[in-house]
Amino acid sequence: MNGLHSLVLSEAVQFHAPSITEFFPEAVLFAGTPFEMNRILIIRMIMVVLLCVLFWAGTRKMSIVPGRFQGLIEMGLDLVRVNIAEDLLGKKDGRRFLPILTTIFFLVLFLNITGIVPGFNIAGSSVIGIPLVLAVVSYITFIYAGLKKHPVAFLRNALFPPGVPWPFYIVVTPIELVSTFVLRPVTLTLRLLMNMVVGHLLLALLFGATNFFFLGFQQWFGYVFGVGTLAFGIAFSLFEILVAVLQAYVFTLLTAVYLQLALAEEH
Amino acid sequence: MLHAIVWASETVESNPNPLIPAMYDIVWSIVPFAIVLFMFWKVVLPNMQKTLDARAEKIEGGIAQAESAQKEAAEALEKYNALLAEARAEAADIKEKARAEGALILAELKDQASDAADAITAKAHQQIEAERLAAIQSLRSEVGQLALDLAGRVIGEQVKDAKSSSAIVDRFIADLEKNEKSK
Repeated sequence: MNGLHSLVLSEAVQFHAPSITEFFPEAVLFAGTPFEMNRILIIRMIMVVLLCVLFWAGTRKMSIVPGRFQGLIEMGLDLVRVNIAEDLLGKKDGRRFLPILTTIFFLVLFLNITGIVPGFNIAGSSVIGIPLVLAVVSYITFIYAGLKKHPVAFLRNALFPPGVPWPFYIVVTPIELVSTFVLRPVTLTLRLLMNMVVGHLLLALLFGATNFFFLGFQQWFGYVFGVGTLAFGIAFSLFEILVAVLQAYVFTLLTAVYLQLALAEEH
Repeated sequence: MLHAIVWASETVESNPNPLIPAMYDIVWSIVPFAIVLFMFWKVVLPNMQKTLDARAEKIEGGIAQAESAQKEAAEALEKYNALLAEARAEAADIKEKARAEGALILAELKDQASDAADAITAKAHQQIEAERLAAIQSLRSEVGQLALDLAGRVIGEQVKDAKSSSAIVDRFIADLEKNEKSK
């Protein structure tokens, strides 16, 4: 290792492997206070402003026959309203929980997509705050929905699933307790967080390697490897778009599923 | 050379744990969530709902309008059909009446004609009878005169007695008639 590196490395260019510190950049504003802002949090707020402006502009003066921009905004809103909320919860409950579901979907989507936006290059949801806060929101929402509608039926469905012979409850009930009230928010948080963290690390690794191969070797095999890692980097950038949309969809869909289970009479 | 390569793993002790949220991270996660939730809840989704409602109303209005138009058309058709049926019934009625009237008139005319024909026939009979009688009368007097002339010439003397001559003629004619009948 040592010998190989000393053979091929030029002094100037070093290979920086991406690390977990990338997700904790230096404070830019309000350092040391609870309102401390670093690069990622500024990206978050920029996306929030962009999200608000887009949707405010898209729904400010709506016409019955939509134009191109309004049509696009409506398509986005309909994705959550029709395909998630009404599909899983029905018209009435779907409409009740639509604000929460729409917020989760578009907030996650807009913060995920910054991972491949040039200049930002990191997902706003790749730090645990956003996944955790949204998972807690989802958790509180489904528990609130279940307890408000039918406290007894909700807890019985969740902890003592009907149709199971009673001795099995000794095993089933602790499992259900942990899976419903502990693992749901944990998996929601970790699924989103780890997808974004890994996506960023992968892209940073590939583009860092491309940089290193092109500039560090100055020889033909360096360029060959560089082209290879660049191609992979571009491919995974496209893949990250899919992941960004998919994770937003999955997070919202799971929240809706938890709500559906909490509101179900029997299952 | 190798010491120049800074591997991230060397700084692992100072690395923050990515699973433990920092206070500022939580703050700047709640704030975006609150802003976006407020925007969707109070601004975007009500606007969207209003538009959807307006759209649905428009579509339903259009459907209702079409339905009422169809209903009107159906009513008009029904009315037209009823009128047509009425007109047909009336026409049939008129036709029937006309036929009856025609038959009546025809019968009347037939009666009248047959009456007239009877009258004409009767009159003709009367006339014939009268003419026959007249003919008989004139024949009788002429034949009597002729017979008297003839007899006067035969006898050579004028049969003057009109009374006896007419009696002779009458007897003669009666004989003729008797002969005629016995034949």
